[in-house]
Amino acid sequence: MAEAMLEVVGLRAGYGPAEILFGVSLKLARGEVAALMGRNGAGKSTTLKAIMGLVPPRAGRVRFAGREIAGLPAFRIARLGLGYVPEDRRIFTDLTVAENLEVGRHAARGHAAWTPERLFEIFPNLAEMRGRRAAAMSGGEQQMLAIARTLMGNPEAVLLDEPSEGLAPVILELMADAVLRMKREGIAVLLSEQNFDFAAAVADRAYVIERGEIRYDGSMAALEADPALRAQHLTL
Amino acid sequence: MSVEFSFLLVQALSGLASASSLFIIASGLTLVFGVTRIVNFAHGSFYMLGAYVAVTIVPWLLQIERSPTLFFVGVLISACVVGVLGVLMEVLLLRRIYKVPELFQLLATFGVVLMVQDAVLHVWGPMDIAGPRAPGLRHGVMILDQRFPAYELFLICAGPVVLGLLWLLMHKTRFGILLRAATRDRDMVGALGVNQALLFTGTLFLGAFLAGLGGALQIPRVSASAQMDLSIITEAFVVTVIGGMGSIGGAFLAALLIGQLQAFGVLIFPKITLVLVFLLMALVLVVKPWGLLGRPEAAPASAMPEGIASPRRFRAFEKLMAALALLAAAMLPLFGDAYAVKVATEVLIFALAAFSLNFLVGNGGIVSFGHAAYFGLGAYASGLLVTKLGMPMEPALIAAPLAGGFFAALFGFFIVRLQGIYLAMLTLAFAQIAYAVCFQWVEVTGGDNGIVGVWPSAWASSRIAYHYLVLVVAVLGIFALRHVIYAPFGATLRAARDSAARAEAIGIDVRAHRWLGFTIAGAAAGLAGGLYAFSKGSIDPTLLGIPLSVDFLAMILLGGMQSVMGPVLGAAAFHSIKDVFMPFTDHWRFFLGASIIALVLIFPRGLGGAYAALRARFSGGAP
Repeated sequence: MAEAMLEVVGLRAGYGPAEILFGVSLKLARGEVAALMGRNGAGKSTTLKAIMGLVPPRAGRVRFAGREIAGLPAFRIARLGLGYVPEDRRIFTDLTVAENLEVGRHAARGHAAWTPERLFEIFPNLAEMRGRRAAAMSGGEQQMLAIARTLMGNPEAVLLDEPSEGLAPVILELMADAVLRMKREGIAVLLSEQNFDFAAAVADRAYVIERGEIRYDGSMAALEADPALRAQHLTL
Repeated sequence: MSVEFSFLLVQALSGLASASSLFIIASGLTLVFGVTRIVNFAHGSFYMLGAYVAVTIVPWLLQIERSPTLFFVGVLISACVVGVLGVLMEVLLLRRIYKVPELFQLLATFGVVLMVQDAVLHVWGPMDIAGPRAPGLRHGVMILDQRFPAYELFLICAGPVVLGLLWLLMHKTRFGILLRAATRDRDMVGALGVNQALLFTGTLFLGAFLAGLGGALQIPRVSASAQMDLSIITEAFVVTVIGGMGSIGGAFLAALLIGQLQAFGVLIFPKITLVLVFLLMALVLVVKPWGLLGRPEAAPASAMPEGIASPRRFRAFEKLMAALALLAAAMLPLFGDAYAVKVATEVLIFALAAFSLNFLVGNGGIVSFGHAAYFGLGAYASGLLVTKLGMPMEPALIAAPLAGGFFAALFGFFIVRLQGIYLAMLTLAFAQIAYAVCFQWVEVTGGDNGIVGVWPSAWASSRIAYHYLVLVVAVLGIFALRHVIYAPFGATLRAARDSAARAEAIGIDVRAHRWLGFTIAGAAAGLAGGLYAFSKGSIDPTLLGIPLSVDFLAMILLGGMQSVMGPVLGAAAFHSIKDVFMPFTDHWRFFLGASIIALVLIFPRGLGGAYAALRARFSGGAP
């Protein structure tokens, strides 16, 4: 890995008295897709939130695009080109699809700017409902909107929290296509996942997190090829 | 066409005119709440400042040329000036309190109200200032056979115009879209790269601008006066609560409703228009707890449990302190002069009232912004029985807690159905109803002047004897309440405070427990009120007013609402400071406001908290 787009070293975070992360370290190369896998409560979402500044990091370093970002407020981190798609989507239900995209809009940094039209190519379903209130959308459509909304900020890397959660198999395929499309556009993606097949279909690299610490760090192919390794880390 | 019909039409039109004015003001309040989740008491102060700035600027502009254009330019300049003051308030204060519990937010913004009141008196003096009438709109328009002021017709149009402009702003501009997004999920807006701080500053500009506009537009109708702020803020609260907090359309609907209710209510019940408005609010909240167009709050604003954590028995040192305090109160008449005795008596009374409030707030998580209502109702019950029915002091004093408890049960029946900020608003509304009745029902209550001649029985008529009576009653009252806090009932209230859902799940009837708690606290406050009436020898409506409710809140804040006995300490400190310093300054309210803000910002756990922190520090343990 020549130059890491995102580098996390010894990240610790938690809520109140509860410690969740005990020194998480990981790297994401430019244009790479990495999957952060682990059981419920292992610390996947907290890792992404702490990187994004939504949960204040208590210790450790987070470098993004050559800058130290630990301790910055979330909006600064987002403006540096790190996008975030939350687990529960958190789309603005009172707003229309087009307005949701407008909230995410932010000027381009270097590469081709995302426009609603380009996003509608990737997510054709959204094109038909630009004027619809987001509250009237299905879960899958909301997930697509959440990703599209983040891409409107023209990020260089995206943190995707459990993109496959609660989605029907047909939508799951669309979502996998979307992640691969982001990769082709040169966007690095760090996704947290519990669905191994989904992760294996899109990710180059795998991390397994357990009780707030990284237990496996290697290629996705190796993890996929070795059932014993998988059983050791990922079965319930 | 009958005269009757044209009269009703004109009545309806003037209702529409007041609805328009009310909407312009309330839209700003609801907007600010929607985005920042802060109920801004100072919104009424912005309205007042709008009127004062306008009565200063507009006549000056009209001297250049008496044109309608310059009149409205002056109105818009005034609104912009107030908008800038709103920005100042956001940057200096609100920005620091977005994460604190809502009670503290309310108190801090009320601190601003107090400071602005004194500042306005300082700058513009105590006299009301009449504004110029609008050139070109001074005439009357004949509607059927009735004359109707042209300016009122203009106001009728102004409300819908503002609604339309706000709609365009909220739907057609990026700023508006971001505001609407932030109303639903402000943290997510931040994660998408939007600087929330700027967004909030912009919101406060807009909100204060609207309040200022509302005030400036009023100058041809009413004089600018230093009492405008509190009267308008309660009305604006009612509008936003009925409409649904955060909903601009709801505010418009509610303003229309209230405008008509007032216009026609005054024909049917000329004495109790205020009561009608608050009754409408209580009714709406019972049927639709989140207002007409409001939506349920996702989660309580603050996850931080605020209040008595787990009461523990007195340690030896604290037992000694309590005994010394009791001894001091008992020995005071032997050493102190009459003035010291008077202050000590009042401290004891307020200690009971503050303790009963913290029983609700600290122990029950029920943030009451109208606790003075029960204090005042107890005082009125005693006072009226003595003066109107010639009853002696003893039965009249027994009636005080009964009255406080009765009304607390009546109002509490509705109040405990709500939560969070809606609950606080409803306590305020009921307190204002009680205040309005005492203020407006002149034949019985003496109105604004109140009633004098509420004297104790002969045996208790000396200051010293009465001091001992208060000492015994107040201390017994406090110990009884304290006992309830330690009893299973008190623990149940704490459980319901920390998680109503979990308490329900283990079989606790949360609503019934809260109702009973509210009633007990009301009865104790009523008792304190009765004692107060006899100590003063008179009663008047300020005993039920918002300022006294805020004094009580300031006492428990000062004493520390996390501790059981803190409110007693807070009442002693607050009342002594007030009594000592008030005669020396014309700016007591300014200092009080500034102190409340300082308490919220740097000392949110009060004196009791500071003592606990000191203890922990010296004993080396964790706080």
